[in-house]
Amino acid sequence: MTGFPILSILLAVPVIGAIACLFASANGARWIALAATLLDLALGILLWSQYQVGGPQWQFQELWRPDYAPFAWALGIDGIALMLTMLSLFLMPICILASWTAIEKRVPEYMAAFLAMETMMIGVFMAQDLFLFYIFFEAGLIPMFLIIGIWGGAERIYASYKFFLYTLLGSVLMLVAMLWMTGFTHGDTYIPKLLATDFPKQAQTWLWLAFFASFAVKMPMWPVHTWLPDAHVQAPTAGSVILAGVLLKLGGYGFVRFSLPMFPDASAQLAWLIYGLSLVAIVYTSLVALVQRDMKKLIAYSSVAHMAFVTIGIFAFNRQGLDGALIVMLSHGLVSGALFLCVGVIYDRLHTREIDRYGGLSNNMPAYALLFMLFTMASVGLPGTAGFVGEFLSLTGAYRASTWLAFGATTGIILGAAYMLWLYWRVAFGTSRNADAAAMPDLNGRELVSLGAIAAAVLWMGIYPESFLAPMRKDVGALLARVTPSAPPSDSRPTPGHAPAPHAAAEGAH
Amino acid sequence: MNVVLIVFLPLLAAIVAGLGNRMLGNTAAKLVTTGALFASLALSWPIFLGFLAGTQHSQLYPVLHWIHSGDLDVDWALRVDSLTAVMLVVVTTVSALVHLYSWGYMAEDDSQPRFFAYLSLFTFAMLMLVTADNLVQMFFGWEGVGLASYLLIGFWYHKPSANAAAMKAFIVNRVGDFGFSLGIFGTFLVFGTVSIPAILHAAPGMAGSTIGFLGHRVDTMTLLCILLFIGACGKSAQLGLHTWLPDAMEGPTPVSALIHAATMVTAGVFMVCRLSPMFETSATATAVVTFVGAATALFAATVGTVQNDIKRVIAYSTCSQLGYMFFAAGVGAYGAAMFHLFTHAFFKALLFLGAGSVIHAMHHEQDMRFYGGLRKEIPLTFWAMMAGTLAITGVGVEGVFGFAGFYSKDAIIEAAYAKGTTLGGFAFAVGVFAALLTSFYSWRLMFLTFWGKPRWAASEHIQHALHEAHHGHGHDDHPDAEDAGHDTRPHEAGAEQVPAGTGGYHPHESPWTMLVPLGLLSVGAVLAGMAFARWFIHPEGALHFWAGSVAFSAHLAERMEELPLIVKLAPGIVMVIGFLIALQAYIRRTDWPKRFVDQYGLLYAFLLNKWYFDELYDAVFVRPAVRLGRFFWKRGDEGTIDRFGPDGAAAAVQVGNVLTARLQSGYLYTYALVMLLGLAAAATWAMAR
Repeated sequence: MTGFPILSILLAVPVIGAIACLFASANGARWIALAATLLDLALGILLWSQYQVGGPQWQFQELWRPDYAPFAWALGIDGIALMLTMLSLFLMPICILASWTAIEKRVPEYMAAFLAMETMMIGVFMAQDLFLFYIFFEAGLIPMFLIIGIWGGAERIYASYKFFLYTLLGSVLMLVAMLWMTGFTHGDTYIPKLLATDFPKQAQTWLWLAFFASFAVKMPMWPVHTWLPDAHVQAPTAGSVILAGVLLKLGGYGFVRFSLPMFPDASAQLAWLIYGLSLVAIVYTSLVALVQRDMKKLIAYSSVAHMAFVTIGIFAFNRQGLDGALIVMLSHGLVSGALFLCVGVIYDRLHTREIDRYGGLSNNMPAYALLFMLFTMASVGLPGTAGFVGEFLSLTGAYRASTWLAFGATTGIILGAAYMLWLYWRVAFGTSRNADAAAMPDLNGRELVSLGAIAAAVLWMGIYPESFLAPMRKDVGALLARVTPSAPPSDSRPTPGHAPAPHAAAEGAH
Repeated sequence: MNVVLIVFLPLLAAIVAGLGNRMLGNTAAKLVTTGALFASLALSWPIFLGFLAGTQHSQLYPVLHWIHSGDLDVDWALRVDSLTAVMLVVVTTVSALVHLYSWGYMAEDDSQPRFFAYLSLFTFAMLMLVTADNLVQMFFGWEGVGLASYLLIGFWYHKPSANAAAMKAFIVNRVGDFGFSLGIFGTFLVFGTVSIPAILHAAPGMAGSTIGFLGHRVDTMTLLCILLFIGACGKSAQLGLHTWLPDAMEGPTPVSALIHAATMVTAGVFMVCRLSPMFETSATATAVVTFVGAATALFAATVGTVQNDIKRVIAYSTCSQLGYMFFAAGVGAYGAAMFHLFTHAFFKALLFLGAGSVIHAMHHEQDMRFYGGLRKEIPLTFWAMMAGTLAITGVGVEGVFGFAGFYSKDAIIEAAYAKGTTLGGFAFAVGVFAALLTSFYSWRLMFLTFWGKPRWAASEHIQHALHEAHHGHGHDDHPDAEDAGHDTRPHEAGAEQVPAGTGGYHPHESPWTMLVPLGLLSVGAVLAGMAFARWFIHPEGALHFWAGSVAFSAHLAERMEELPLIVKLAPGIVMVIGFLIALQAYIRRTDWPKRFVDQYGLLYAFLLNKWYFDELYDAVFVRPAVRLGRFFWKRGDEGTIDRFGPDGAAAAVQVGNVLTARLQSGYLYTYALVMLLGLAAAATWAMAR
């Protein structure tokens, strides 16, 4: 594949599609957007098939640095970036399909915004230049603002204002930190080089905190999470899918790509902060999710709790924790995306997200009920689904780091079951409370294809996660080699046992 | 290779029946699932018999890679040894018979393919659990059976009580899983593997080790065993985590027989037996197991004596019998624990299916106060229930013949005594007393149901049936009908000739699809004890049969044969006493129960309300969780974070009003765009400088 700039093409296809959309009719824009995203997905599959598992750390690299430019068009992916890119590419056509009839006004602009966002999102994962990364990272928010602010619900202005305020605060700090870093390296902005740079310990703490400000908001971690429920509730269905599916992963990706390997000492020092906030998030937001009446809000709060499994996994400083965190990112991207689609399906029919307006949907929508059950169970972390693998690994890693952490975080599996099953009960079980809800037709072909595709991926990741773990294995290893020396000590430290007493041995040998 | 078929045929059938659903139709779905189960059954018995004969040996069939993360290696694999073989025959036999039984029992239900798909799915998950080679796959099966149980308890999902029970079952089990999960994490940390054989091999070497847990240094093996045991308590409904099991009776009766009596609820016992070499390394852990088991056996038996719902009596009986199995494991009598699991599966499934047949005959009436005199109306069901009762109460004469429970339950009680410790003595005393209660509540059930005079007329369900028949209605207005294969025509001769108390209702015996399973299980209840005791518990036979798959102690088994006569006779004596009390109270002096209630009202209320566990949990966990959630939401997110965060920021800025006005007029996007572009420009400028 040398010489074929596949990453640039992956970035270019949606941009070209977006421009074409702007000049097309509503229906034309839909088809263009679908074609562009499917083409990008096909290219992505090609990318995955050409990726050498266990090969060089950075593959498909491209570098173009004009003399006058302060930073370079430097692209390249490792296994972690590959997986997250695939997740984005996979969810995009589904988002376009979910918007097919739900969006009626300004369709060309909407589709263009979506395609622009795709470029920005996958750009984040591909960028190998610090400032290129920053531009993709922040510019991706603009289409999201527009999508919430123009095509959102009644309270869309407030929601986008909150979203904007939070992310702005984080970005400014991160930008300052980036400027400092390039000053330290004398203008070198190449990420693989920065990864090998040992920043002074003193500075690491400040840099870490500055990056933390940005990533914690994106994640989102407690207590900077309150923008998320509002943004989700107001965003159109596809906006929620992308928000939960991909944008929330940018924070986790940032931690893995920057905070951990670049500032390993600070990461170890401040791990307690992450642990504390994550534990609060799991218990607090799970309980809040329990009392929600709006479906989207419930799932949004559950996202905060699930993302806490990512942060504890990342900062567990061991293989299982990191593998788990990455798999949770992928599985949550699929599962919460699917759950928002499930909400969208019935929202399109009844135009309300009020849980109490539904009930007994198993009667009139059996296919929907089946898929919704699958995603509910995946969210709860049932073994055999994607949700389990990530959660299990992340918690295994957490236990190795700290029993307090594991003890607190594992309560999430009880609370998670409580709010998800209660939601399912009120929506799909019980009797039909309203005639209009009882008259809703089952999934149409378009919805079935979207949800079915995600269901297949969720089961695949649950039953044979090796496909997803293998490409990332070497990169996680490299990360571990960088951070393990500064890892905080575990509180378990088992002592060796003594050999069994003689009489016990005699009995065993009977 | 057969094992792969045994395990995956039910899954395949579940997928076909579940996805085919209405397209496939009832008969096809039933044929596929039932056929698959009988195939699994036919393949399982030869394996079990092979182990009995000593021709089969422990084997492992790898299936697929699962999770590989550093030194954590988890693969899908099927392991078969004698312990698994016992579970294979139990699961496939009861499941196949329950599938067949459901043909009759669910005949009038609207969603039969769904029901049969769930049943087969459950069987698959249970088989994955018992063939697991590592703890994580065991957890897969563990959660899989939990899912199937949730779906089947809530099968009639339009009933709020069924939904509540289903959710409760799942969540209470999750509390157990919380312990199980931590146990798996800890085990992996200590042993560096989750492979069961590797752990069991290394466990004795870790005896006496200490480990840090939540700021304390504790004994490593004790910690791990107790964490895992919490999981077992959840699934096997042991005291504290038992509250879901009685509620689970909301599910259709065949489900209760299969999942909540014979198989799933015994998973905890299976787990402790599977990990028995691990538990043997910690005296504290085995003491905890003994104590919890004995306490449950006692608690559930006391509650079982006053329940009126026929299924609830049997449910508490199950809970109590599981307690027996646990304290057997706790005192080190793993052979006896597994033996009781084995025989219990047959006679308890029989009792449940028999109860289902009674309920079927009585038009969904489950309250025994409205039964009576059914002996002659449904004689085959009666005899089947009789076999089950004789088996559970443990009727038999040493050296001559005994029903199933006579061998297995008495072995447990004897083992507790033979253990020779104080706790063993306590377990023995509790075991004997609970045996008295077992005999009492079992005979109470029989007398109330089959003897005495009919008391049917007062039942709403019966009234409903009569009314329906009178007006020539079908079952259309009765969507949750469990089926009603009975004659509901009032006597043409008129009401005055109707036998007293019947209201003119005629219960009919169930169809053959229901009677055949009853018959086969009766054979098991009568013979399983005598036929298999040799291999399960007797010193020489058992040592060969178990061949290390459980930590069978021949030492303990030998001690059991040298017990004082009174200890050996004790279970038999109390069994007779229990029978006599029941006979006296429910046949001869039927005013006794009422007098008891009048005299000991508080005690009666305490028992009837199941020691107030539900009320306690509701007050301590459920309500506070919801209240806390509201508080965090309203006071935390909205009242604090937003108020001082984004909302406060807007207010604090002097131009707040202007900004808000602008925001509302839709200029936000311009701002957003300008500010972000500005940031990008600043970056560019900073670099180019």
